Amino acid sequence: MSQEGRVHSSRVTPSESVEEKKADVPAPKKLSTENLDFYYGTFQALQNINLYFRENHITALIGPSGCGKSTFLRTLNRMHETVKGTRLTGQILLDGRDILKEDVNAVRLKVGMVFQRSNPFPKSIFENVAYGLRVNGFQGGKAAIHAVVEKSLVKAALWEEVKDKLHESAFGLSGGQQQRLCIARALAVEPEVLLLDEPCSALDPIATAKIEDLLFGLKSETTIVIVTHNMQQAARVSDFTGFFLLGKMIEFNTTNVIFQNPVKKETEDYVTGRFG
Amino acid sequence: MKPSSAIKNLVNYTMFAVTGLCTVIAVGILFFILGYLVYNGGKSLSLSFFTNLPAPVGEIGGGMANAIVGSGKVLLLATLIGIPIGFLGGVYLSEYSTERIAFTIRYVTDLLNGVPSIVIGIVVYTVVVHPMGHFSTFAGGIALGIMMIPISVRSTEEFLHAVPQSLREAALALGAPKWKAIVTVVIPAAMRGIISGTMLDLARVAGETAPLLFTALGNQFWSPGWNRPSATLPVMIYSYAISAYEDWHRQAWAAGFILLTLVLLINIVARLALSRGTYVPRG
Amino acid sequence: MTSVTVPQSALPPRRAQSFISRLKAGEELAYAITLTAAMTILLITALVLYELVAQSGLSRHKFGWSFLFTSTWDPVAGNFGALPFIYGTVVTSILSLLIAIPLGLGAAIFLAEMAPPRISNAMTFLIELLAAVPSVIYGLLGIFILVPALQKNIVPALKSVLGSLPIFQGAFYGVSVFSAGIVLSVMIVPFIISVSREVLLSVARDQREASLALGASQWQTIWRVVLPNASTGIMGSVFLALARALGETMAVTMVIGNTPQIKASLLAPGYSIAAIIANEFTEATNDLYLSALIELGLVLFGVTFVLNGLARILIMTTQQNGAHK
Repeated sequence: MSQEGRVHSSRVTPSESVEEKKADVPAPKKLSTENLDFYYGTFQALQNINLYFRENHITALIGPSGCGKSTFLRTLNRMHETVKGTRLTGQILLDGRDILKEDVNAVRLKVGMVFQRSNPFPKSIFENVAYGLRVNGFQGGKAAIHAVVEKSLVKAALWEEVKDKLHESAFGLSGGQQQRLCIARALAVEPEVLLLDEPCSALDPIATAKIEDLLFGLKSETTIVIVTHNMQQAARVSDFTGFFLLGKMIEFNTTNVIFQNPVKKETEDYVTGRFG
Repeated sequence: MKPSSAIKNLVNYTMFAVTGLCTVIAVGILFFILGYLVYNGGKSLSLSFFTNLPAPVGEIGGGMANAIVGSGKVLLLATLIGIPIGFLGGVYLSEYSTERIAFTIRYVTDLLNGVPSIVIGIVVYTVVVHPMGHFSTFAGGIALGIMMIPISVRSTEEFLHAVPQSLREAALALGAPKWKAIVTVVIPAAMRGIISGTMLDLARVAGETAPLLFTALGNQFWSPGWNRPSATLPVMIYSYAISAYEDWHRQAWAAGFILLTLVLLINIVARLALSRGTYVPRG
Repeated sequence: MTSVTVPQSALPPRRAQSFISRLKAGEELAYAITLTAAMTILLITALVLYELVAQSGLSRHKFGWSFLFTSTWDPVAGNFGALPFIYGTVVTSILSLLIAIPLGLGAAIFLAEMAPPRISNAMTFLIELLAAVPSVIYGLLGIFILVPALQKNIVPALKSVLGSLPIFQGAFYGVSVFSAGIVLSVMIVPFIISVSREVLLSVARDQREASLALGASQWQTIWRVVLPNASTGIMGSVFLALARALGETMAVTMVIGNTPQIKASLLAPGYSIAAIIANEFTEATNDLYLSALIELGLVLFGVTFVLNGLARILIMTTQQNGAHK
């Protein structure tokens, strides 16, 4: 595939990730889709998506409203199955195994999700983060759970702000803090892939910056896929970018190529702001 | 971490079955009730049930003609009292009143709705029956009419609210005074819902017994006019059911069957007509 | 083209239409009519409260607060106490809740969360029909079907297993507090189901999604996230159902046994406030007797008023929380 060839020439660009340059071998494809078609009833929302996400890298999915990028993201942890009347054909491979054939709850443990609007449970901060452990039969005792909660809150850059009020309601936090709480909650079950659906769209620039920073910190352990309508964010944060339009993936490459010398005209029109 | 998928799925399926069973039981009760009434009531029905007056104890062949007519009269009066007040009150709430006054009126309406029906009977007794010196169809109609008001108000208000503002504005922009806009445009748009709501309201009070116990009381014979005590279907069912006579028990079943059929039919028609709509008033 | 100037007199005044023109247009009349209707409602409710308080005055002044705690009901001697009826009302209502809440909540969960939409809508329709069945019909089935079944089969079985408990002691003649409780539970189940179902449906979708995304199963999501979110509203539905049960008259009086007594055993006959009013109101031979019965009505009114008020607040709170998310 021609896109394959383009990614291999990633050594061309100087601001590539350090890991890539060191290894000089591209990171393995952690998660990939093959010939993915998706239908809402009779309407086809996604056409023949072939895309992959390299391990321990951040991939951004961009495109105008309604292009299908969020729809696509939600198939990656099978959240589309919560809506009736949807149909999906094709394969979604995690470490080479088709997640569509595995137990859905087990899949969601490995592929976590952070939503557009923060949605903490009506529980304490501590219990929000511990939720994933509790529903999945975590074997450790109280101390072990506490350790995991602390570790997750640290990774989400929220620990310092909440360590003295772990047992207060999550609703006492600001919008940006709540979203970081949701990230901590997702991290607590140690997912191998983390999906973020426009996580900063409801947040102010400072809160956004905090979240972007923590994503950089996470990427060494986690493969990250982020849907965003904010092109500057995609350019700041991601290693690879995929451009979606009308349910098709138009172009996929390293972020630098997409933003500086895209191949397709539609991509160029979008990233230069000719349409949005 | 060990995700205990098997246990999770097992619990999931079990609870699906348990909650499904609860639903089946709840719905099953309806069919159970219907079944018994159709069986016991159906076999006791005869033409004489509809045409004869109650026979003295021991004689067979009595009917409930006077109770059927009595119920009809009481319900007619109730509708004439309850629906206009309820409807106009609903129009006020939806079209004219300010938010604060509306809140108060809604609160009081809900309060009235929550008053146990027997308490309504008490009040109508002290206010109507006692001063008049005797029980009457009239008093029964007032009692049921009062019970019809709250549902009529809320249902009218909800359906009027559901009419889009743009319809009102279109009428006003053509020079219609506000009341004309309401009468010629808003109310017709909400009509289907309001009628359905009225039907449900009627079905609810048609089955009420307690408020009639000390207003219309009862009567072995015809009750001409509005000033005499009158037999009504629910009260007859009650008195016959608690009596010691087999024949009267059978008549109670028959009457119950008629009453239930009527109430359910009205409900089904009204709810189906509403099913494309939004608000269904809850008794 | 010459410009057209509109003569001043043709323009409407800048203020709103004057009173006279509104009057002519029928506007004031319409407002007055509808306002009258609304005020009538307020008046009627005030009248209800007034009559209950005024007409119970004789009894209240004679017995004071002890009315609520006295258990004698002796019309001949003129001694009236509400306790047996309060007891019967409370016990039958609590019993009915104990049965109806698990059943109703279970069904509500199934209909709101687990069933496919078409089945859910069909079943909900049927359950709303169940809510429309008149009280006297339940009474009919209670007397002729439930009570004999209890007498012949169910209570003997119950006694053989749990007969040592004080609540199941003593002879069982069919009519009893227990029978009334069961009939009441059947009557309030539809309310618990339909209100709880709506409350559950109003819980924000993204709460469920957050839970599922963490690997929780559907039931885990319902139990740990949806129900806690809906808890205040569900409590509201319980209060509403309780208020209903307290005021139920016909079905209760047909199966409770109508005996003013307080016994530990559920199998003994009893009495409820609504039932005694229904039975003795037209028999009340003197003013004090009538006044005592009306005072019972006042007690009932007061309790249902408080419960209904609390219920509405609880339900509104949950629905608003769901909408904000």
